[in-house]
Amino acid sequence: MSRLPILNVSRRGFLGGAGALVLAVSLPVPAMAMEDQPFGADAMPNGWRDDPELFVSIGEDGIVTVTVHRSEMGQGVRTSIAMIIADELGAEWEQVRVAQAPGDEPRFGNQDTDGSRSIRHFFMPMRRAGAAARTMLEQAAANEWGVPVEEVRTDVHVVRHEGSGQSMGFGELAALAAALEVPDRDGVRLKDPSEFRYIGTGVGLIDNQDITTGNTTFGIDVRMDGMLYAVIARPPVYGGRVASLDDSAALEIPGVERVVQIDPPEIPSAFAPLGGVAVIARNTWAAMQGRQALQIEWEDGPNAGYDSEAFRQELETAARGEGKLVRNQGDAMQALADAATRVEAEYYIPHLAQAPMEPPAAVARVADGRCEVWGCVQAPQVTRLRLAERLGLEYEDVTVNVTLLGGGFGRKSKPDFVLEAAILSEAMGGQPVKVTWTREDDLHHSYFHTVSVERLEAGLDEEGRPVAWLHRTAAPTIGSIFAPAAEKLPFELGMGLTNMPLDIPNVRAENPQAQAHTRIGWYRSVSNIPHAFAIQSFIAELAEAAGRDPKDYLLDVIGPPRLINPVELGDVWNYGENPENYPIDTGRMRRVIEAAADGIGWGREMPAGSGLGIAAHYSFVSYVAVACEVQVEDGGVRIPRVDIAIDCGPQVNPDRVRSQMEGAVIMGIGQALTSEITFAEGRVVQENFYDYIIARMEDAPREINVHLVLPEGAENFDMPLGGVGEPGLPPVVPAITNAVFAATGTRIRRLPIADQLRT
Amino acid sequence: MIALKVNGEDRQFDGDPEMPLLWYLRDELGLTGTKFGCGVAQCGACTVHLDGEATFSCVTPISLAEGAEVTTIEGLSPDGSHPVQQAWRDLNVAQCGYCQSGQIMRAAALLEEVPQPSDEDIDTVMSQNLCRCGTYPRIRAAIKRVAEGGAE
Repeated sequence: MSRLPILNVSRRGFLGGAGALVLAVSLPVPAMAMEDQPFGADAMPNGWRDDPELFVSIGEDGIVTVTVHRSEMGQGVRTSIAMIIADELGAEWEQVRVAQAPGDEPRFGNQDTDGSRSIRHFFMPMRRAGAAARTMLEQAAANEWGVPVEEVRTDVHVVRHEGSGQSMGFGELAALAAALEVPDRDGVRLKDPSEFRYIGTGVGLIDNQDITTGNTTFGIDVRMDGMLYAVIARPPVYGGRVASLDDSAALEIPGVERVVQIDPPEIPSAFAPLGGVAVIARNTWAAMQGRQALQIEWEDGPNAGYDSEAFRQELETAARGEGKLVRNQGDAMQALADAATRVEAEYYIPHLAQAPMEPPAAVARVADGRCEVWGCVQAPQVTRLRLAERLGLEYEDVTVNVTLLGGGFGRKSKPDFVLEAAILSEAMGGQPVKVTWTREDDLHHSYFHTVSVERLEAGLDEEGRPVAWLHRTAAPTIGSIFAPAAEKLPFELGMGLTNMPLDIPNVRAENPQAQAHTRIGWYRSVSNIPHAFAIQSFIAELAEAAGRDPKDYLLDVIGPPRLINPVELGDVWNYGENPENYPIDTGRMRRVIEAAADGIGWGREMPAGSGLGIAAHYSFVSYVAVACEVQVEDGGVRIPRVDIAIDCGPQVNPDRVRSQMEGAVIMGIGQALTSEITFAEGRVVQENFYDYIIARMEDAPREINVHLVLPEGAENFDMPLGGVGEPGLPPVVPAITNAVFAATGTRIRRLPIADQLRT
Repeated sequence: MIALKVNGEDRQFDGDPEMPLLWYLRDELGLTGTKFGCGVAQCGACTVHLDGEATFSCVTPISLAEGAEVTTIEGLSPDGSHPVQQAWRDLNVAQCGYCQSGQIMRAAALLEEVPQPSDEDIDTVMSQNLCRCGTYPRIRAAIKRVAEGGAE
C-alpha cells in the first residue's frame, strides 16, 4: 500500500514502545474497576486494552489504520472492529484500512479468537479507543484555533469550529494530535447510539477487493526469499512413532533437499506436533512426491485398537450406568419412577473434522536466536508461548504474524502446525520453511470434535408434561489433550447441559467416564453440538409421546418468560466471567422460536414425504431457533427451505450476523446428512472430501431466511452483546432430523443420517 | 521445456512436467490467488481457466498446459472490475474468502457459457466448488445478479 508514512497518534515520549507495554501490564485491575458494564474480557488472560495508541493510527493523508487484534476467519471481525473504531472516531469508511496485530497479548489484550466473543468482549474497549482518538483530534484542533475544545466537534473525517467556520481534516490534525497526551478514560465522551453511522447498519467487507482479486495472504500464501517447502508424514495413530525409516527413494526426487525426523511428543500432546518424518524440498509438489516415496514402518502405540464402532458401544454402556453428578434439581430418579409415562432415547454424534478450506499451513524462520512465523492462527499468543518454550527462546525473541485464516472453526486454535515449521527451519539452519498440510493430513490429524452418546430419560405426567429429566453425556473431553482426564470440563458441560433452561421440576445431569484415543479439540460451537442435538430431538420425541405439536410443546417445556441464573443450574463458567452476569431469558428464547416458526409457516399442510421441524438453543449468550422444511425421496433428504432466527442482543454488523447464520445452516446440513470421521485400527478412515462429505451448492436450501430479532433495550447497546460465529450451528441439525421425523415417521438418533432412510 | 501463457504473459518451465499447474502457479510464479484445498479435484479452490475453460489446476499436470492460455484470479480483470468480481463485492459473498478465487473463476466460466443460468445449472456447475463457510446462497444470488445485468 503506497501512502505517506503513518504518524502514530501516540508515538511520543515515554508512553511509546516499551512504555506502552509496561502501562498495559499494570492496567487490568484498575481498568476493570473502570469498566462501566458487567461484561467484557476482563477475566480472560491479559484482559482488554482500550489505549488508542495501540489500535488507531492516522496518516498525514488522512488514512486511518485500525489495528485488529483478533483473527479473521470469515466471521468478519476485521470489518466489524474497524467499523466500531471508525464510528466512534468519526472516520469516513473509505479512508479506513486495517492492519493485523501480531501475537502480543500483554500489549493488545486477549487475542484468542474463540468463544464467539470478539465483539461481545471488545465492543466497549474498541469504542473507547476510537472515542479517545477523536478526543485527541478535537483537542489538537481547539489548540490550533485557540478556542475551547467544547466548541469544536467532529464531523465526518473533519473537525469543525462552528463559531469561526474553521475546519481541519484528520490528516492535517494527525501530527498535532500525536503530540498530545492520551486523555483519561473518564474524559472521553462516547457517542450516543443514535449518532452511530456504521454500528448497527454495516458497511462492505474491508477485504472485499483483495478477496475478489486474489490479493489476500493466508497462511499458506506466505512466501519468502530462499524459502523451502515441507510436507510431513505423521504417525497415523495418536501416540505412534517411527519404527524404521528408509528415505533413500525420497531423497532422489528432484527438488527434495532433506528428510528430517520430528520427535514424537509425550502423550497427551497438547499443542505439540505429532512428530514423524518431514520432507523438505524446493517446491510443494516435490515435497509431496518425496513424502510418497518414504518407506516408514510405524509403531502404533496404545491407541492402535481405536475403532469407532466398538467405541460407540463402549459409550452406550457408559451412558447406561451412573456418572459424575453435574446438575441436580429436585429428585429426578424418584420422579422418573413415579411418572405416568416414561420415555428414553440414546443419541450418537460422531467425530467431526473442522476441515477449513485452507488446511493448516505456516512459514517459520528460526535464526540467530530469533524466531519469526507467519501463520493462520486463532491463538497467536499461545502460538508465541509454545514456540518460545519449544525452541528454548525468550518470549521477546519470538514474533508471530497473523495472516488471514482460510476458515478456522477451532482447528487453528491449536498451533501444532506452526511449531512444525519452526522446528524444520531450525533444522535447516535458519532457512525459512513453509509447512503445508494436505487435506489427507488435515482429516487424519485434526483435533477432532468429540464423539458422544447422549442418553435421555424423561417422566411425563398425565397431561404429557415432563416432570423428570435425566441426561447423561458420555464423550471424551477436550481436557484429554492436556492431561489424562475422563470427565468433561465445566466449559463443555456448560454448553447446553448444565445450563439447560427447561421448565422441569426434577432434573439430573450426569457425566459418565469416556477415555480419548485421539486428539479432541474445539469445533465450532463445541459441546453444544451433541447437547443441542440430543435435547432438541428428545423434546420432539416427548411431544410425540404426548400427542402434541412439537413447536407448542417446545414452548411449553421452555415455560413462561423469566430470567434464569445459570449458576443456580450448575453452570460455573462463561469465558472467565461470572455466569450470573448472563442470565438466560426464556422470553427471548420464545421469541426466536416464534420468529422461525412464523417465517416458515409452521402448521401448514405438507405433501407426503415432506415435513417441518423446529429446534432452538442458547449458546454464547445468543438465542437461535431454526425451522426447516425437508423432502425425503428414495431415502435422500433435500432441504428446500430454512428459517433461522437469532437474538444476539445489540447487533454491530447485521449483514455479518446474517452471513454467519447462513453459513451455520450450510455447515449443519453437512453434519446432519453426511459428515462423519470414523476410526479403524487407530486410524482415521476418511481421506479427502470424497469420503468426508460436507455440503455442496446442490445441498444448500434455495431459500434461507434469516430473522434478526432485537430484544428490548438493544437499541441502547446497554446489554451484553451475544456471540454470532457459533450459536447458529447447534439447533440446525435437530431441526433437520425433527423435520425428517415429520416427513417420514423415522426418528434419527444417530448422526449423520447417511443411508438410514434408504430401504 | 513447457511454454504457456499465464494471464497474458509468456512463460516457460523446465521442471517436472508432472507438476500440477496449481503448484507451478503458486510456488514458481507466486500467483497465490489460486488455492490448494484438496489436491484431488474435489473442492475447486484451485479453479483456473485453461483456454477459457474452468479447470482443476491441482490435477492438471503442467505438461497439459503446453501452448495453452491460463487465466488465474489475478488475471480475470486488470482491476477487479469483472462483473462477477463486482457482484461478489456488492453482495458481500465472502466469509473467510479462501475458496472465493475458485468460486469466482468457476462462476465466470459458467456465465461465459450460459449467460442466463438456471438454478439447476448453478447447482450442477457450482457444486464442483466447496465452501466450508457456507456462502452458497450468496454465490447463487451473485451469479443471478450478473445474469440479470445488475453488476455490469
